[in-house]
Amino acid sequence: MESVDIKKVQEIINHFAGKDVYIYLETTNGAYASHHNQQFFSAGAYIRNALVRYELGKITGNGPFRVGLKIDLGWVYAEGITHYEFDEFGRLLMAGHDYNGKLAVALEISETPFE
Amino acid sequence: MEKERHVLVVFPHPDDEAFGVSGTIATHVKNGTPVTYACLTLGEMGRNMGNPPFTNRENLPKIRKQELKEAARVLGIQDLRMLGFRDKTVEFEDDEMLSNVISGLIEELNPSLVITFYPGYSVHPDHEATGAAVVRAVGKMPKAVRPKLHCVAFSNDCVEKLGEADIINNISPVAETKLAAIKAHRSQTETMFKDMEEKLKNQDPQIMVWVNNERFWTYKFSD
Repeated sequence: MESVDIKKVQEIINHFAGKDVYIYLETTNGAYASHHNQQFFSAGAYIRNALVRYELGKITGNGPFRVGLKIDLGWVYAEGITHYEFDEFGRLLMAGHDYNGKLAVALEISETPFE
Repeated sequence: MEKERHVLVVFPHPDDEAFGVSGTIATHVKNGTPVTYACLTLGEMGRNMGNPPFTNRENLPKIRKQELKEAARVLGIQDLRMLGFRDKTVEFEDDEMLSNVISGLIEELNPSLVITFYPGYSVHPDHEATGAAVVRAVGKMPKAVRPKLHCVAFSNDCVEKLGEADIINNISPVAETKLAAIKAHRSQTETMFKDMEEKLKNQDPQIMVWVNNERFWTYKFSD
């Protein structure tokens, strides 16, 4: 993973526009958050291999970044993106790592289903 | 520690075996007891990836699989089973299918001791679901032929609700092996070790108690 280069990431997002793509979207504060701090309200969600098509996708902000994909009937949104990788399978992997390096959010786009 | 015929360890995540149980495992291996570790998932949803991150969500399972194999090698576990479930989803699997998987292992291996998490007192939903599946599998065996069932509990209320652990294994003779097993899970434990290194060097009493003692609650079946 590399730190987000907004220009490069935008180009890759554009590359998937108008195609059927599989999305992985996750947000998490970890299964132990409420164990370590009982005042903490733990929440998280993920969806793996949602098949969507977006006409317009953007990455914005000054870092951490936000990504929005305008899909046919709605939106895909992620906040807190700090790192990205365009991997050997042609997938765009974006993630947000917190101040301790722990993953807090992930948004991934692929033309083939995730494993 | 009593000499066992065969020990079956069942946990959901690579590294679950390392923290609270690896000294006990290493001791059984040293005693010549075969140990099987059935690990349900590859910890696909782990949040630790180094700082700065050296891997990503998609590659993490591959790394953790290698780490798990390395930890097993360090501990001398000959029989490592990766059961192919997915991190965070164990509780959503069919309960009966899950306990049948465990029953199959028990039937095959005929262990005299099974180690897992104490359902209700083990914090992570995968821990709870794994422990519950093992308890169901052992519980449906006739009482006379059940293996011993030792459970790990660490919820904030575990001592309050269960009482003190009835089994405390002092594993100091194999403490180095235990630390090496924890270290083998590098992606998950590297940052933690950085904080601990100094304390370990100074034999900080609190850390040494944590390293040297492994506690278990014998599961109490209602019959």
